[in-house]
Amino acid sequence: MMMGALFPGVLPPMLQRIVDPQSPPADLGFLGPISVPLIYTIVKMLIVFTVYMVGVALLTLAERKISAWIQDRLGPNRVLKGWGQPLADGVKNFMKEETLPDAVNKPLFLLAPALAFIPALSLWAVIPFAAPLPLPWGRMDMVVADLPIGYLYILALASLGVFGIVLAGWASNNKYALLGGLRASAQMVSYEIAMGMSTIPILLLAGDVSLGTIVRQQEQNGWHVLTLTIACFIFLVSAFAETNRLPFDMPEAESELIAGYHTEYSAMKFSLFFIAEYANMVTASALMATLFFGGWTVPFWHAVNNAPWAAWKTAITLGAFLFKVLFFLFFYMWIRWTLPRFRYDQLMSLGWKIMLPLSLGYVVVIAGATLGLDAVGVPRTPVHGWPLYSLCLMAINIVLVVLLFVVADRGRLISPASTRVRAVELARLRAVRQRSALAQRPVVAAVGRPASGAGD
Amino acid sequence: MSISVKVLTRPIDEVSYVRATMKGMALTFKHMINPHKVTVQYPEHRDPLSARWRGTHRMLTNEDGTAKCVACGLCPAVCPANCIKLVPGEDEQGNRYPLVFEIDEFRCIFCGYCQEVCPEEAIHVGRHYENAEYSRDGFVYDLERLTAQTHPVCEMWDPADPKGE
Repeated sequence: MMMGALFPGVLPPMLQRIVDPQSPPADLGFLGPISVPLIYTIVKMLIVFTVYMVGVALLTLAERKISAWIQDRLGPNRVLKGWGQPLADGVKNFMKEETLPDAVNKPLFLLAPALAFIPALSLWAVIPFAAPLPLPWGRMDMVVADLPIGYLYILALASLGVFGIVLAGWASNNKYALLGGLRASAQMVSYEIAMGMSTIPILLLAGDVSLGTIVRQQEQNGWHVLTLTIACFIFLVSAFAETNRLPFDMPEAESELIAGYHTEYSAMKFSLFFIAEYANMVTASALMATLFFGGWTVPFWHAVNNAPWAAWKTAITLGAFLFKVLFFLFFYMWIRWTLPRFRYDQLMSLGWKIMLPLSLGYVVVIAGATLGLDAVGVPRTPVHGWPLYSLCLMAINIVLVVLLFVVADRGRLISPASTRVRAVELARLRAVRQRSALAQRPVVAAVGRPASGAGD
Repeated sequence: MSISVKVLTRPIDEVSYVRATMKGMALTFKHMINPHKVTVQYPEHRDPLSARWRGTHRMLTNEDGTAKCVACGLCPAVCPANCIKLVPGEDEQGNRYPLVFEIDEFRCIFCGYCQEVCPEEAIHVGRHYENAEYSRDGFVYDLERLTAQTHPVCEMWDPADPKGE
């Protein structure tokens, strides 16, 4: 968009249309040839970046407050009644000593915090956060860059997030950091697949990879969480794993790895990892809201979701979007202070043996359902205000959710370590132990025991 | 004899991860909105100490301001941490008094034996706990500092009958 706007005649016409699909060359007097979309984009970038960073700072406060409340404490309440705590933390982090251990790989060590943070930030470019705002110079779309490939861009950049963590772990030259980095890479790569697969049903319904289309499609046909609950569930769990939040905080795992990948980091570099974690949370929450909970649209209020656009509509839809995002952020924290950490093999078996097959199977089911519905002739757009298509999908969805719940309720999903050994192997091990001298010793003592409870 | 793992058959609502998670989430949410919080706003508000709290030492004084101590030597003898340093002196009338009386609060284990053993009710452990210092030397309290303390003392004894008569 920028390139096309700055050099209107330089780019070939086709490229011009791709980078700047709707540039109306407005005459703004002294601004001359700079077109409106460029200014809009710069303004939106600045605003989004500022709000994002301030929001992330306030999130650290929110996390500490919520954790405190859940533990029957009060939380930070000293600096400006607690509101100045993020600022105080920031000042503290700037004043602290920047440690740079001798044995680290310096370029990567310095690069890693930035690499952890940048992908989360850049994901925000494609998330639509409000209804378009009509301005005297033309309509301002409330998304920094309405990429036609928005969803693919998200998948591509989200997978870059792991580099910051892995590089931090490796460059630190510290065994705990390395273990944290290794765990992070395995975990994030595993859950990325389930995450990508879980969103394919959405693409099947929307028929487009632009996030704007996905939001509009939900406005017409109802939220995807109602029609694709299982996909929503898989996406939620994968998002927790991707952002390394409890119960999936393997890369940090304070009790096992000191601080995991950022063991060797201090001061602002450490703070950047901290910010990156929260930035990832915000982005994942926004994606959750956009993909499954209708994005910026307000449910059942079609007037506010559709043209003609007005400033008050933008304000209301922005509020709706913020509300959804904040709800998921709260949900993140709520989960974090409730559930304990998974064991590593449980994490892997959950990712590869449950999430991946489940999401693949779900893609097949939804693809079959859409094929069937299309063949029967159910229209994709609502009929007389009734989204028939979505209602059919919802009926299928209810059956699937009940099925999943019944299976999940058995309590055998995440198996204990002992069940990983095959029955034959177990018998062999037991026989070996029986022959060994270690087992022979307590024979006399074991005579009196009842046969069923013998040995352990 | 072989390895055997006892497998219990429990009802589903005990083994279900889903229900356990829901239960946990409900519990934490209940605690989050519960207005009764346990935090004490420390510097402004302090919970009262027990009358038997054994903290920073204090040396009581006579009416003329001198320490009550007669340098009998019982407290350094009884002290299990060996943290009391006492050098006795004697004036012209033959009254003993401490030339040097130092307590190392770092070594002290606050057992209260010194107060227990003192025949003159001179040395006491006190109801006081804020004794941070900027250097380790600051923790050796000399006689002047011990007599200057004003905090209430531990009431292991009955104030109405101080000598136990």
